[in-house]
Amino acid sequence: MSVDLEIVEPGLATTLQDLGRRGFQRYGISASGAMDPIALATANALVGNKAETAALEITLAGPTLSCAGADIRFALAGADFAVSIDGRPVSSHETHDLNAGQRLTIGTARDGARAVLAVAGGFQVTPMLGSVSTHSRSQLGGLDGGALRAGDRLPLAAPGLPARPHLMVSPAHRRRARGAIRVLLGPQDDAFSAEGIATFLSSDYTVTPLSDRMGCRLEGPRVQHAGAVGIVSDGTVFGSIQIPGNGQPIILLADRQTTGGYPKIATVISADLPRLAQLRPGERVRFEAIEEDLAVKLAREAREQIRRIDTSLIEIERAAVPTVEHLLACNLIDGMISAFD
Amino acid sequence: MSRANDALYAMPRFRRSGDAALTVEVGDGIDADVNARVVDLDRALTERAVPGIVEIVPTYRTLLVCFDPTMLSRRDVEAEIMALWPPVAPEGQVRRRWTVPVAYGGDNGMDLDWLAQRLDTTTDEIVARHSAAEYRVYMIGFMPGFAYLGGLDRTLHVDRRPEPRLVTPPCSVSVGGQQAAVAPPLAAPSGWHMLGRTPVRSYDPARTHEPFLFRAGDLLRFHPIGVAEFAALARAAEAGAIIAECEELKV
Repeated sequence: MSVDLEIVEPGLATTLQDLGRRGFQRYGISASGAMDPIALATANALVGNKAETAALEITLAGPTLSCAGADIRFALAGADFAVSIDGRPVSSHETHDLNAGQRLTIGTARDGARAVLAVAGGFQVTPMLGSVSTHSRSQLGGLDGGALRAGDRLPLAAPGLPARPHLMVSPAHRRRARGAIRVLLGPQDDAFSAEGIATFLSSDYTVTPLSDRMGCRLEGPRVQHAGAVGIVSDGTVFGSIQIPGNGQPIILLADRQTTGGYPKIATVISADLPRLAQLRPGERVRFEAIEEDLAVKLAREAREQIRRIDTSLIEIERAAVPTVEHLLACNLIDGMISAFD
Repeated sequence: MSRANDALYAMPRFRRSGDAALTVEVGDGIDADVNARVVDLDRALTERAVPGIVEIVPTYRTLLVCFDPTMLSRRDVEAEIMALWPPVAPEGQVRRRWTVPVAYGGDNGMDLDWLAQRLDTTTDEIVARHSAAEYRVYMIGFMPGFAYLGGLDRTLHVDRRPEPRLVTPPCSVSVGGQQAAVAPPLAAPSGWHMLGRTPVRSYDPARTHEPFLFRAGDLLRFHPIGVAEFAALARAAEAGAIIAECEELKV
């Protein structure tokens, strides 16, 4: 008998994700994978897993979970969610132990949209095409090719508590980046009038509720095409910004279709992709075109950040007296407006 | 030897797709020679196994080359492609030709009657023309194993539906504009006209040794079958058998 993590309530869209499928896009298979790879790496580092270990991606409203068969250690990273164990609030962004039979409830996102919940040791799920990432439209990954449902049971690879200290993410690394989403123009920026490009780069766009893991649909001033709206379908990347006939941008994300026939005005830089995971419906975004050299420099820095993720973590004393660092990092004034807004 | 084709570019055209991908255009439009060059360049670049190139996605007229920007610059990737230009097909190359059984019309092809009326002909005639042609797989895209085909009889070129259907049946064989398609065993939205269904599962992750049947550059023909044969073949396919015949042709 396996020891399972039981999904009591599934939340809005809770899926198993790792780093996704590489090399199958030529067969029409979406990459999928964690929308926020930094959150995945962080949550895994907190509980002592390898960076690419599969974990639960939680969107806007989280699940209720329980494990009857063993104590488990878990951690959340990414967006700031309300978290409680048997009704007692605990801090996000740090490790906690969930005792056998206790209930872990992930509430709603207070800032950002997606968090990753990692469990020490990870899950025992068979990969399909090299990954356990869920891609619902292809019926791939997860337990049965879809989002988690009430009653699902995820087998744990190594149940029990690891013999390692509790950790938290340093306050500086919890801050959500603000400001314009940076892009490189192309590949089909020549399909737009100069005015269309100016509109795209100077307007506020609002994230619509139709957004999901496939695409972030935006609403705002119409981006004018120069001529025909269609192109001969070609390949898409995470961050491609396509403009269909209605002139409203769609940012293609992890679960995007592998090919598309709408011209793509610009591509979000690699370093800003994790930020797309955190856009909430109703939120406003702006785009800023930057130079390629800067995008590459930022991509290197982002890579380095994941490689050195351990340096963003601080050991915490769970015993009698909390440390000053821990107290400062705790959200003791829930409900107040962030000083970073 | 093929005649000079204006659709082929003398030199590849590079388009930036962010800091980690490059779109390489080798020609213009939907054209067999252009697509053959995509296939040749894809093969050559794959064989070159350039460290830092992480994925190549061949489509109608382009290759999407995804790379690790911390290992390679876009200029490096362009140089690798120029070193292979123009790509040539290797000697003794083999082409695969698939025969795909199709149950036309009725519940399997809900638009067959409509198309016959629209073209002022019979459903038998549509089936005859659709199954007489030899198609080329131009690309796999949109969803797992979905094959975009060129080579549709000109008389069957009909604009797509003004309003796409939100759901069309798994394994549908359809036409839209100048293209034809074979869908995988997944329901999908589509604005194309549904002529029939095949028992062939072009994608099946449970068939671990060969989850995908078709690839760009393959040839494909359709073979009409009745509903009883469809049911028998579908059972075999669901059990993991590859029921589409595949011939290997010397080029």
